[in-house]
Amino acid sequence: MTVELLSANHSAATAATLAGRANRTGRGFGGGVYPITPQTECIELLCKQEFEKGHVVRVESEHSAMAVCMGFSQAGARSFTASSSNGLAYMVENVFAAGLYRLPIVMMAVNRTLGPPWNIWVDHGDTLLLRDSGWMQLYCEDNQEVLDSILLAYRLAEDPRVLLPAMVCQDAFVLSHTLMQTDVPSQEQVDGFLPPLDLPHRLTDRPVTVGGLDSPHGTEAHRKQHAEAMARVPAVYAECQDAFEEVFGRRPADRVVPYRMEDADVALVSMGTTAATVRVAVDRLREQGVRAGGVRVRMFRPFPERALAEALAGCERVGILDRDISLGHGGVLWSESRGAVPRDALLQGYVLGLGGGDIRPEHIESLFGDLRARDAAAEPEIVEVAG
Amino acid sequence: MTESLVDELAPCRARSEPILRPGNTNCGGCGMSIGLNMLSRAVGDTPIQMVIPACCGIVTAGAFPSSAYGAPVVASTFASSAAVATGLAHVARLNGERTRVVCWAGDGGTYDIGLATLSAAAERDEDILYICYDNEIYGNTGGQRSSATPLGAVTTTTPAGKSIGKKDILSILVAHRVPYAASVSLAHPEDALRKLRRGLDTRGFAFLHILSPCPTGWKSEPSEGIELIRLAIRSGLFPVVEFAGSGPPAVAVEPDFSREALARYFELQGRFGKAEIDLDEVAASIRDTWARLGRPMPPGDER
Repeated sequence: MTVELLSANHSAATAATLAGRANRTGRGFGGGVYPITPQTECIELLCKQEFEKGHVVRVESEHSAMAVCMGFSQAGARSFTASSSNGLAYMVENVFAAGLYRLPIVMMAVNRTLGPPWNIWVDHGDTLLLRDSGWMQLYCEDNQEVLDSILLAYRLAEDPRVLLPAMVCQDAFVLSHTLMQTDVPSQEQVDGFLPPLDLPHRLTDRPVTVGGLDSPHGTEAHRKQHAEAMARVPAVYAECQDAFEEVFGRRPADRVVPYRMEDADVALVSMGTTAATVRVAVDRLREQGVRAGGVRVRMFRPFPERALAEALAGCERVGILDRDISLGHGGVLWSESRGAVPRDALLQGYVLGLGGGDIRPEHIESLFGDLRARDAAAEPEIVEVAG
Repeated sequence: MTESLVDELAPCRARSEPILRPGNTNCGGCGMSIGLNMLSRAVGDTPIQMVIPACCGIVTAGAFPSSAYGAPVVASTFASSAAVATGLAHVARLNGERTRVVCWAGDGGTYDIGLATLSAAAERDEDILYICYDNEIYGNTGGQRSSATPLGAVTTTTPAGKSIGKKDILSILVAHRVPYAASVSLAHPEDALRKLRRGLDTRGFAFLHILSPCPTGWKSEPSEGIELIRLAIRSGLFPVVEFAGSGPPAVAVEPDFSREALARYFELQGRFGKAEIDLDEVAASIRDTWARLGRPMPPGDER
């Protein structure tokens, strides 16, 4: 283990390189890569790496980047790519295909708002667009978590009880281009954590057609199997946390991360780096005697409804902070979290920080103030913060 | 034929099972079926993996869990066959396997939606044999025009006949300077077999273009598909050529530019029934095509 000053993009590329090399005794490593701001530094660093048994293919689009990953994965290799925003939107068809083929590909996604108008700054609308693609999704709070999550994601994705692709999401510029001291594990450690991939349904010389026509009932059965695999994720995730801690000496965060929730009567739920800002606001309010708390949803798919309900149990006022908007409805996290909020609690949705709109502790404090002052919940509120 | 093929026709090593198994649901007279049987003979005991995009070729496979293909197949998304094949081919090489990865795609997946993917794989010189079976129509969806549909052809989206001619896909691939590119005649099995073998043996990107009769879309008799190919070749409409390295192409089957063959080609297909096909205009287009190939027709040689 060495400590390096890395951006989240470079953390991701470093983790992918280590994971890729760890499969040199398996069928190798590879993927298709294509640039898009603010992800590009990740694939640039990946393209500088040397692999004993691996190739990085520079393709002509995100759609093909994922298709190349599918080819690598179907042939039994470990596969990685990275994208962002409209690149993910362009990739959508093959993101779904990778999920439906049950290929344990790992993709790093830098969260950036969808254009037009063109804006390279953070919000979560791009990856939430992919929530139904059959991928697991993890949202990170700092650069170390990005590196760790990519390693963890391979172990989780390749587990024979799971066999699903995983998306590791991180906030544009807030993390992607911000340097942080990061513990980088040794190759030996990663080799110990990630055994060679043995994909049970990899293409061999057996004459099968993978992903061909399916009957209505066949599709029902396949979707059910896919859903059952998703349902096994929480237990396997916990095992992966244990294994990770054993090898690397630190424990990856839980799927839901509560902060000062033990006696909280008012709480804000959020994802990504917003949760770190919520923590600062919670500490300030606690100094004033307010029993405030925060909950971070780290794993969005499969959605940790029960863990979220446990974190929010007993809380009287709950605000959901969405850095995304499902136009015509409200925030996606708000929509999905409603069932996990105590039945008699006041639940208010807030949409904020779209397109990189600034989210500072004082903004979060004012939302706590709004939530505490409310008599009743209203429609989700779109919060604009000038300048 | 311009060259002797005798020496190149080693006996076919029988494949343990055909690539296209009996019981498939292809239409009678489908050119794809003939092409797949030719591929089966050419492949012999070379291990192959196929990538077939969401076109008629994947309907051929039948429904899960059965497969009409006697070879491993990935059914890719429509535009992605050359990119999925890229991944498979890289892993085969990384593991020292001699598996040849073959894309089998129609004209929609090649000329239209898959063109950028194909172009990029050709530019990277990926170790893939890409075969386009061109039936000049979106057959799987019931017969819509593609950029491979010829001038005058009626399709469900060109009810009065297509107003412009077809794209020259072979020239597009040749412009990528791929190691091997050729057009294949289903009416000349020896030549087809030789080209398929050469495509399989090429290290790097190889492209084969097969004009593939579609009785359903062409509104032609299933039994007359091979005759239609012969007429298309004789008239010069479908040049059977081969590009390997620089210089002009080798012409495998010389046309006689017969005006009679050209007229017969249109007469035998109901899809040309509505449009007034101007044979002089078609002949001028043929003249232009052969001039571009570096093999100008002799003046007045339009019998």
